[in-house]
Amino acid sequence: MIIAISSTDGKFNTEFSPRFGRCNFFIIVDTDTREWESKPNPALNARGGAGPQAVQFLSGAGVEATITGRYGPNAYTTLEAAGIRAYVAEAGTPEELLDAFLSGTLEEVSSATGEELHH
Amino acid sequence: MKIAIASGKGGTGKTTVATAFAQALSRKEYSVSLVDCDVEAPNAHIFIQPILDQFEDVNVLIPSVDADSCTGCGLCAEVCQFHAIVVIGGKTLVFPEMCHGCGSCTLVCPEQAISEIPNRLGVLEGGLSQEGIRFGHGILDIGEPMAVPVISKLKKWQNLMDAEIVVIDSPPGASCPVVESLRGADYIILVTEPTPFGLHDLRQAYQVTQVLGIPAGIIINRDGIGDTGVDQYSAEVGIDILMRIPLERKIGQGIAQGKSLLEVKPEYEKYFQQLYLQIGEALSSGNNL
Repeated sequence: MIIAISSTDGKFNTEFSPRFGRCNFFIIVDTDTREWESKPNPALNARGGAGPQAVQFLSGAGVEATITGRYGPNAYTTLEAAGIRAYVAEAGTPEELLDAFLSGTLEEVSSATGEELHH
Repeated sequence: MKIAIASGKGGTGKTTVATAFAQALSRKEYSVSLVDCDVEAPNAHIFIQPILDQFEDVNVLIPSVDADSCTGCGLCAEVCQFHAIVVIGGKTLVFPEMCHGCGSCTLVCPEQAISEIPNRLGVLEGGLSQEGIRFGHGILDIGEPMAVPVISKLKKWQNLMDAEIVVIDSPPGASCPVVESLRGADYIILVTEPTPFGLHDLRQAYQVTQVLGIPAGIIINRDGIGDTGVDQYSAEVGIDILMRIPLERKIGQGIAQGKSLLEVKPEYEKYFQQLYLQIGEALSSGNNL
């Protein structure tokens, strides 16, 4: 399974980014092999609608689940339409969050968790 | 003549000046309309007290997608500059608050699967004041981010712009709603306060007037506080300082009680009438242009 974790600096062992639509990088991980790569978030500088654009990018990359701090309403609606499962975490590195995901301790959300964020 | 009041910084006294100006001119027997374009926080009506008896909704047309005829080709999402329509997982999603109502998605859809439905952004209200000022303002609905369509419709509404003298109360800032408010004005009065913050935003607002090619002058409000930065700047770039309104407790108290500047300081009626003549002369002689 391919999952995406929001990241500030694109590294696997530093603190993740709690922002979704406007994080700097997504760490894209294959949960079977633990192989990962860092992709710059193309929606970072979007004038509006960063959440939906980030989801479009992740959907195109074959991502099936996402982990971040919280999801705005537009991001969540788009994830739902794309059939991507949405998980939240408060803290951790992508490596730790991958382990938490694999052990089933991460919280899966069924609605938006944050108000729309404007920059 | 159309005279717009702008500032850059918020809370400098745009509405104080706009309402006093409109009142002073209507007492001189001009036909005057006052258009409050600060649709995110309109408050000129408090000082003018018009009887609001005309109302009209402001809508933009947003796409509505017929899921049965949509093939998920994605052309609508590609053409949308504002990412208000997204095709994902075979579904087409519309985000109404991002839609500017341009209609491109409807035009490019090869299946004619998109129809347009009205989405309300706000409302226009208008009426006459007791003094005979024709008044109109727009109110943006809570949660709606787009002020421009409301301002644009307000400026075409009820022949408000056809009066002999039109006073436009602009929103603060220097972004799209300000540009939309100022567009078409013959002259712009920039109201500022003599502080570094006032000056910082005045510079931006002045640049907007230059891009628009509209002559401008400055009114310094709360004169006596701050520093001499605004005076130095106006001398540097060659903008006239048209008037100085001192910082006075009496004025502040009156405004806070909903009294117009002319009610608190009747001598300003004469000052604003003179200001109008001064602007007219400057424009006809080509000064300030």
